[in-house]
Amino acid sequence: MSAGRSFSERALDLAIRRATVIIFATVLLYFGLQAPTFLGHENLGNIVKQSAFIGIAAIGITFVLLTAGIDLSVGSVMYLAPLIAGFAMRDMGLGVAGGLFVTIGAGALLGAVNAVFIVRLGIAPFIVTLATLFAFRGFGAFLTSSRQFDFPPALRDFGQGSVGGVPVPVIAFAIVAVAAHVVLTRTTFGLQVYAVGNDPAGAVKAGIPAGRVRAAVYVISGAAAGLSGFILIAQIGRLDAGFGQGREFDVIAAAVLGGASLFGGVGTAFGAVIGATLMQTVNTGLAFTGVNLYLQPILQAGIIFLAVLVDTLRQNRQIMRRRRTIRPIQG
Amino acid sequence: MNEALLRLDGITKEWFGIPAVSDLTLAVIRGQVTGIIGENGAGKSTLMNVIGGVVPPTSGEMRLNGTSYAPTAPVDATRAGIAFIHQELNLFTNLSILDNIFITGFPRRFGLADRRAAARVARPLLERLGIGHDPATLVEDLAPGERQLVEIAKALHRSADLIIFDEPTTSLTPRETSRLFEVIARLRDEGRTVIYISHILSDVRALCDRIAVLRDGRLVDEGPTAEFGIARMIRSMIGRDLASLFPARSAAPSDSILVEARGISQPGVVEDITFSIRTGEMLGLFGLMGSGRSELARIFFGLDPAASGSLAVAGRTTGGGPVARIADGIAFVTENRREEGLLMDASVAENITLATIRQFGRGPFGLLDRAAETATAEQATADLSIRASDLGRLPVRSLSGGNQQKVVIAKWLAAAPRLFILDEPTRGVDVGAKYEIYALADRLAAAGNAVLFISSELEELTGMCDRILVMNRGEITADFARAPASPHFYREALLAAAFRELVA
Repeated sequence: MSAGRSFSERALDLAIRRATVIIFATVLLYFGLQAPTFLGHENLGNIVKQSAFIGIAAIGITFVLLTAGIDLSVGSVMYLAPLIAGFAMRDMGLGVAGGLFVTIGAGALLGAVNAVFIVRLGIAPFIVTLATLFAFRGFGAFLTSSRQFDFPPALRDFGQGSVGGVPVPVIAFAIVAVAAHVVLTRTTFGLQVYAVGNDPAGAVKAGIPAGRVRAAVYVISGAAAGLSGFILIAQIGRLDAGFGQGREFDVIAAAVLGGASLFGGVGTAFGAVIGATLMQTVNTGLAFTGVNLYLQPILQAGIIFLAVLVDTLRQNRQIMRRRRTIRPIQG
Repeated sequence: MNEALLRLDGITKEWFGIPAVSDLTLAVIRGQVTGIIGENGAGKSTLMNVIGGVVPPTSGEMRLNGTSYAPTAPVDATRAGIAFIHQELNLFTNLSILDNIFITGFPRRFGLADRRAAARVARPLLERLGIGHDPATLVEDLAPGERQLVEIAKALHRSADLIIFDEPTTSLTPRETSRLFEVIARLRDEGRTVIYISHILSDVRALCDRIAVLRDGRLVDEGPTAEFGIARMIRSMIGRDLASLFPARSAAPSDSILVEARGISQPGVVEDITFSIRTGEMLGLFGLMGSGRSELARIFFGLDPAASGSLAVAGRTTGGGPVARIADGIAFVTENRREEGLLMDASVAENITLATIRQFGRGPFGLLDRAAETATAEQATADLSIRASDLGRLPVRSLSGGNQQKVVIAKWLAAAPRLFILDEPTRGVDVGAKYEIYALADRLAAAGNAVLFISSELEELTGMCDRILVMNRGEITADFARAPASPHFYREALLAAAFRELVA
């Protein structure tokens, strides 16, 4: 009885809802046809491993996007949070596990800074996180005098290690994805995140602690960004002054590619996983098939544009369907 | 069982010293359906906002279940067991039926939301309301009537004692409406208390045990439904005479037709709108909130689409979109002058020349001729006696409501239109300024234009217009010619048409 929509309309709806998967399948198919080894076990494993860095942060930012917020500071958090952990490891003799813990805590704290300005002081998220983008990176540069920071060697053993044949970055990626999925779909908090993004005023009226929900998503985004930086640094063993710079756009693009809406209320944790993996697949695939290096950004941009276009289409359809009617529509 | 669940005692709510509800005392009897009716602005919404904890009363107190009830936020009302089913539903369309019902707290298992347990609770609830969908269905996939039932399920889940329906049938089909009524009757039989607010008087009569009538913020009539006929309902809602606040019309309309609307329809909004306006005629358009008045105005001005039908001004069929409609001679003074009618931070001169800005471009680059702009603005302000000191600098925001409205009209005058659509032009302006706006509307008509005067205030329409159309649910339901000899009957018939009832 769903308001008597036609088959083609419902098919279009489904295509829009599943756009990411459709794009992903098409991309895989295309590169597979171009170079059959592309779909090989090893190559696909590498793609997932390389996706973990952007992917973890994209899962975090998905929470923010769900509330119709934005977090531009993730690239700087990727730099500053692991750096703080690095000092703790080098100067206080903390192990890798301790460093991991400090990174996540520092990331959460930096996210909390964003949350205070956004929720308590009511400043637009775009402005707050643009300011902290500079502030966090500036603070890191101040701590290091913009010099490279070397982590204890034990970190690389961790970052390049694997458990039962599965690389550590992939394990971290999987844990974050599953945890985020459970939180979003199986807890009251998760549903409230969706509710706040769908109708902020309605959420307040429904008795949802909207302020606390909005604050929490920035803390989550910060923690995830910190972790994502740590995972990549653990593979390299050192931290350059420009680490993570500009990555906020990759992260946002991955989340949106994965179906998160910039208008809030729409998006999933696994969507972010697919979005990040899709971006990495395109990058790898373009290199694999020997596409001119200088053309690659343009093709990547095309894919991102497509994703945002789908998001807007979806939003417009929703607005159309929500348009207030004053008399029943006949037929 | 005739005890009161909710007792209002001397409730007064003033906005800036003007009472919207004054000294209202009413008992809502447990286990009954109480109908509340009244014209627009009678105080129904304010009263509901007071009960719902949206605004605190200025004075007076409420007792719920015999204990003092003083909500400070909507959440307090929810906790106290009061649920609102508004015209605009409070559902999250991106979540499922189940998630909406349990949004403030799921049953838990191992710390996680236990959907299976929740579904066990929800299923009998949904069945009882006749919702055949799987609880996991997204709300955005439901029809309006089904969404409303979900809202009711939510209220029942929170074991609300008092359920308040505010114009719940506006976007429902007749079948959905009768299903809703069955549900309401069942709620009452289960011992729940219902307040039902509606403009559809026959529904109120059929559904309610008692009826309360509000007028000007006061309770003017109240009693068991058996004693209420439709005629008494209408009589109680109006029944007031205001001293004449209107200027005399300076010219009679001619016989030639200037504006002609033919069969304008848009599914879900308006249906088969056909009428004409003569040269020099002021045509009133009356309707209650949500009757489609403003929606029709937006369609006329090309802001919203119409699926079929045409609009002709001075014999020419108008084009699509506002730019074409302005060129075709239509001016639209919107209902929300702050949001839609004016650039609040721009100067008076800039606002006045906004619709005709192309005329002020000079030279190959179209640079604005500020001096000419100011001259035009000066002419207009003198003409309409707009009181503003520095036309070029003073932002419109700093003017009074009446002067702001005159700036909007001045803006359109500069474009020399033939059809003026005035949508609630006197809303939020004081009595003196109202008179000036009425006089201005008369001047527009007397100059040989057509004026479509849209209002929810019956007095100003009966006071000013040559003819009044009545809209209800997107259709024109009546067409009254001016009958100044018996204004009282006139108003009763108009109101009856707006409520779409036959006066017995």
